[in-house]
Amino acid sequence: MADDDADDRQFFSEAISELKMENKFTVFKDGGELMDYLQHPETDLPHILFLDLNMPCKTGFDCLKEIRQTARFNDLSIAIYSTSSSEEDIENSFIGGANIYIKKPNDFVKLKKAIKDVVNINWQFHSSGMNMETFLFSI
Amino acid sequence: MKFYIKFDGIAACKVIVREHLDSLGIKYEMLSLGEIIINNKISDEDFNNLQKDLSKYSIEIVSNPKNQLIQRIKDTIVELVHEPDMPLTTISIYLAEKLNLSYGYISNVFSEYTYSSIENYFIIQKIERAKKLIIEEELTLTEISYKLNYSSVAHLSGQFKKTTGITPSMFKRIIERRRLTAKSN
Repeated sequence: MADDDADDRQFFSEAISELKMENKFTVFKDGGELMDYLQHPETDLPHILFLDLNMPCKTGFDCLKEIRQTARFNDLSIAIYSTSSSEEDIENSFIGGANIYIKKPNDFVKLKKAIKDVVNINWQFHSSGMNMETFLFSI
Repeated sequence: MKFYIKFDGIAACKVIVREHLDSLGIKYEMLSLGEIIINNKISDEDFNNLQKDLSKYSIEIVSNPKNQLIQRIKDTIVELVHEPDMPLTTISIYLAEKLNLSYGYISNVFSEYTYSSIENYFIIQKIERAKKLIIEEELTLTEISYKLNYSSVAHLSGQFKKTTGITPSMFKRIIERRRLTAKSN
């Protein structure tokens, strides 16, 4: 995940560790760090990326655009993780190529439930070979 | 003449398996010893040939029968939602008849291995089908709800929104605008 807010990063990491998923989870402080990591040829690409929209230097939208222009990242699911619940932001994220839009919950239990639902639906899409082009999920 | 050979059974076995997979044009990943992931779909015919060819070398394909059952359940559900006229039965009766097994058993195996339920999977697949009908065949929601046996348009819209978090009309708008941006780039 990439998020410039330290509290949000910690909140999210705790939720992930409490869900006891056997997945590798890596955190980045901004979009630049994230893109450097993804573009490194030896990086094992993740199944899913959680991306904050408002980050300094490289915003979530910038990362989204770069990722969606690279064929190597075609199978990568992108979840936008944002405080905004405006329909415009949701729609623009999807048009920009996001698969998932998560409105940041301020309650820990809700966050855990949201992550679980997202990981589950993402797994369904990948494991059942469903059409990634029309994979849109908002929570 | 008499000679001795020195061999590495594991390496030999790997080469044999690789050669056969390659000759069938199958894309695969060989993980640890004896674990192979096939990346694209493999036809039943190719799979049977592979099984037959490997058996000459005493190499046997072991697959978990439960996983095979789950795949059959998923395939049957996908086939059902793609029927031009979806039969008006419940998913439980349909699966039990098609697979010739009790629904209780099918449902338990599915939930145990997928951490999801058959009902849930059926809904996801119906919504997937609805998405396709919206953008590819440009059917109206009324036509789609009829085709997929929903009792009303409201029921379909509600389930679409509940499953994806967005409304069918927003879905349609997003896909159309995505395609427009892709074209202009």
